Amino acid sequence: MKELIIILMSAVLVNNYVLQRFLGICPFLGVSKKLDQAVGMSIAVIFVMLIATAVTWPIQIYLLDNNGLGYLQTIVFILVIAALVQLLEIALKKFLPSLHKALGVYLPLITTNCAVLGVTILNIDAHYTFVQALVNALGSGLGFLLAMVLFSGVRSRLEASDNIPEAFKGIPITLIAAAITSVSFFGFVGVVENMFA
Amino acid sequence: MGRLENLTKGIIKENPVLVLLLGTCPALAISTQASSAIGMGLAATAVLLCSNVAISALRKTIPDTVRIPAYIVLIAGFVTLVQMLIRAFSPALNEALGIYLPLIVVNCIILGRAEMFANKNTVVASALDAIGMGLGFTLALFVMASIREIFGNGTFFGMPIPLLDENNISILTLAPGGFFVFGCMIALVNKVSKGKAIQKKEFGCSACPSAAVCGKQRCENTEKGRGNA
Repeated sequence: MKELIIILMSAVLVNNYVLQRFLGICPFLGVSKKLDQAVGMSIAVIFVMLIATAVTWPIQIYLLDNNGLGYLQTIVFILVIAALVQLLEIALKKFLPSLHKALGVYLPLITTNCAVLGVTILNIDAHYTFVQALVNALGSGLGFLLAMVLFSGVRSRLEASDNIPEAFKGIPITLIAAAITSVSFFGFVGVVENMFA
Repeated sequence: MGRLENLTKGIIKENPVLVLLLGTCPALAISTQASSAIGMGLAATAVLLCSNVAISALRKTIPDTVRIPAYIVLIAGFVTLVQMLIRAFSPALNEALGIYLPLIVVNCIILGRAEMFANKNTVVASALDAIGMGLGFTLALFVMASIREIFGNGTFFGMPIPLLDENNISILTLAPGGFFVFGCMIALVNKVSKGKAIQKKEFGCSACPSAAVCGKQRCENTEKGRGNA
């Protein structure tokens, strides 16, 4: 249990996917303008990360590794994730229309998101057990949500300010703001290691 | 468009990282050391060249409706090849690139060039385009990594630089430095070109080359807000 909490907290705070590992930068900069969109996108990411991990982990361990096909990891994972997202969307539309309405727009955007492929591959590289892999996926997704929510607040202040130098308007100032948000996560260094000390 | 222009446009005028703003994830992550930045750039160039040539050669064979999954399979295949070669011949580079090596599959530059260029142009033009874009990507990564390595670590290609060696700004090699240097470089491009170079004013869905994967219509809906999905 202690181990699972450490994995969860370090995925959320210390190894934050967006701000420390640079995975999923496109949605982070693209969909973080409004808070409700940022939350919708992040919940879709959490959802897909969990399901993708639940599917790819058994495939890697029982199917690929047992048959000496480990080198097919990249190609199998990207196809499984792409197919999964499509199936998920169809299933949600049919069985949970209200959830589809909330998350539907964001689901297809996640297919080529490197954070989802990244979390599935990192779970295998770290030799996690199935439960640890799921916890890590949940933590990574929550970390994405945290970064998105924080940053959408910063973005709304940026939109309102009008004394930004001409050359920095738009994307450059957004990136500088992301740098400062990223610095704030350094405050968590050492928190997880010492949590149970 | 002349042949030479296919080759040269990617290097400066349509630089994929600094002007088209594609492939930001590897650009931010692998730019802490000049040597690994060149490795990453060349690996992505190799994949881009192979995928552009293959997709251009098969552009009349692949049915339009399933083209994106077909491209993804082709690209993933080439990435696996490059991954195996790097693992075999340069384990140190494999270590430095880590997770970002398999993630070349989802690098927007590669799918973007397949969708925007290779499926409309001849094999030769696509190959030239791939080399130009790949070199542009490598160049951008190299410049960014040089800045971060020289000022952040006080070294260049691992060789210590006198004076800077003892007075390094180590935050530049960490995550925030990546965002900061990238932001400053785009601002510089903006300044030099008087705001004309960057065609994409925002990171948005409709400007994303993989928009075709999820359907343009849906992307526009996302941008407008959640509403009518």
